[in-house]
Amino acid sequence: MIPASFDYHRPGTLDEAVKLLSSYGDECKVLSGGMSLLPMLKLRLASYAHLVDIGRIQGLEYIKEEGGFLKIGAMTRQATLERSDLIRSKVPILADAVSLIADPLVRNRGTIGGNVANGDPGNDQPAIMLALGATLVARGPKGERSIAANQFYKGLYETALARNEILTEIRIPVPPARSGGAYAKLKRKTGDFAVAAAAVQLTLNAKGAIERVAIGLTNAALTPVEASDAAKFLTGKMPDDKTIVEASKMAAVKSSPSADRRGSVEYKKEMARVLTERALRKAVQRAGGK
Amino acid sequence: MAKHKISVTINGAVREAEVESRLLLVHLIRENFRMTGTHVGCDTSHCGACTVHLDGQPVKSCTVLAVQADGAKITTVEGLEQGGKLHPVQEGFHEKHGLQCGFCTPGMLMTTSALLERNKNPTEQEIRQAISGNLCRCTGYVNIIKAVQYAAEKMR
Repeated sequence: MIPASFDYHRPGTLDEAVKLLSSYGDECKVLSGGMSLLPMLKLRLASYAHLVDIGRIQGLEYIKEEGGFLKIGAMTRQATLERSDLIRSKVPILADAVSLIADPLVRNRGTIGGNVANGDPGNDQPAIMLALGATLVARGPKGERSIAANQFYKGLYETALARNEILTEIRIPVPPARSGGAYAKLKRKTGDFAVAAAAVQLTLNAKGAIERVAIGLTNAALTPVEASDAAKFLTGKMPDDKTIVEASKMAAVKSSPSADRRGSVEYKKEMARVLTERALRKAVQRAGGK
Repeated sequence: MAKHKISVTINGAVREAEVESRLLLVHLIRENFRMTGTHVGCDTSHCGACTVHLDGQPVKSCTVLAVQADGAKITTVEGLEQGGKLHPVQEGFHEKHGLQCGFCTPGMLMTTSALLERNKNPTEQEIRQAISGNLCRCTGYVNIIKAVQYAAEKMR
């Protein structure tokens, strides 16, 4: 399969890239790792007159801890995240997810920026960004701006990014002591998108009660879903069995999946419940609770 | 649509080509360079038959643009053999009968040779994980695992 014709641009700087995006507008798309975009172009599910490859722009590939944040450059490959001790030790929820994304060969090319900015509800990292309360940094013609992850997803393949903005960095607040996170995903086989998946990040107080929690769901609607009712219900409570079971039910209610070859609506909602429960239990355990 | 002049180092030799933006790396290799060891299987980045090393990393060449590889070092299955001597993974697949129809083999060889560069002593689980993006419909993977274990031992 061959994509429809397009012009390929390889800017050397972000400013140059933004200029290209500004001049071509809707006819233009950013190419990062290409692991979602190129299959879409090949299947002719999408076509653009211009692709702007940000793969050779220096300084977009890094993982560092700075000022209470874990900062990840948008061009950082999934395989790099997978092998990062910093990720594994500071945000195990992200380490859980990365090795479940696509397959090892795809992870050698695929980037976190692409996964986050693509706007496909089947991508795993958006729900994790919601759970972690991440900030997404974008560069446009007027410079840099920050967007909270829970303000980023607007619709199917629609994000808060303007046509001439590029996601450059992901900022994750370093979780404080007594924090834990987990990502639980059900998929039919390697390389498939999730039937359902749940991302949970929480912090316990000194008594073991939940001080802060956020829950994100993957492939549960046209955008990643934040289960804020369940989070509100959990806040201030001890994470006992009954509370976790109840919160998981509340999270599943927030999902509105559509039926496809991965299952019926009922099945997917039930899986969202089960996976939320599993992720909650694991997150509590990792936070040092019971 | 403008064409792009690109230059790649493929199996040690510098090759140049003038390509359309949309040309895929696998077609550059097979059609422009006439090296047909790299296979097109599913053509949807699932099966891994098209796996090559791009700057040392195994990638699916059906999902990379040729122009993205400009300036890169590429190794294909034709580049594994050195001085008439098979690479240990090639020898392993031969010795342990790691193939039947052979269609997935070039991809399997590229993925597993990269694995052994990074991990000299992989467990069975690590081998299985490494090849989880390469599909084989004949062998049930059993002999492929044995072939990689054979190669690992040989390389130590």
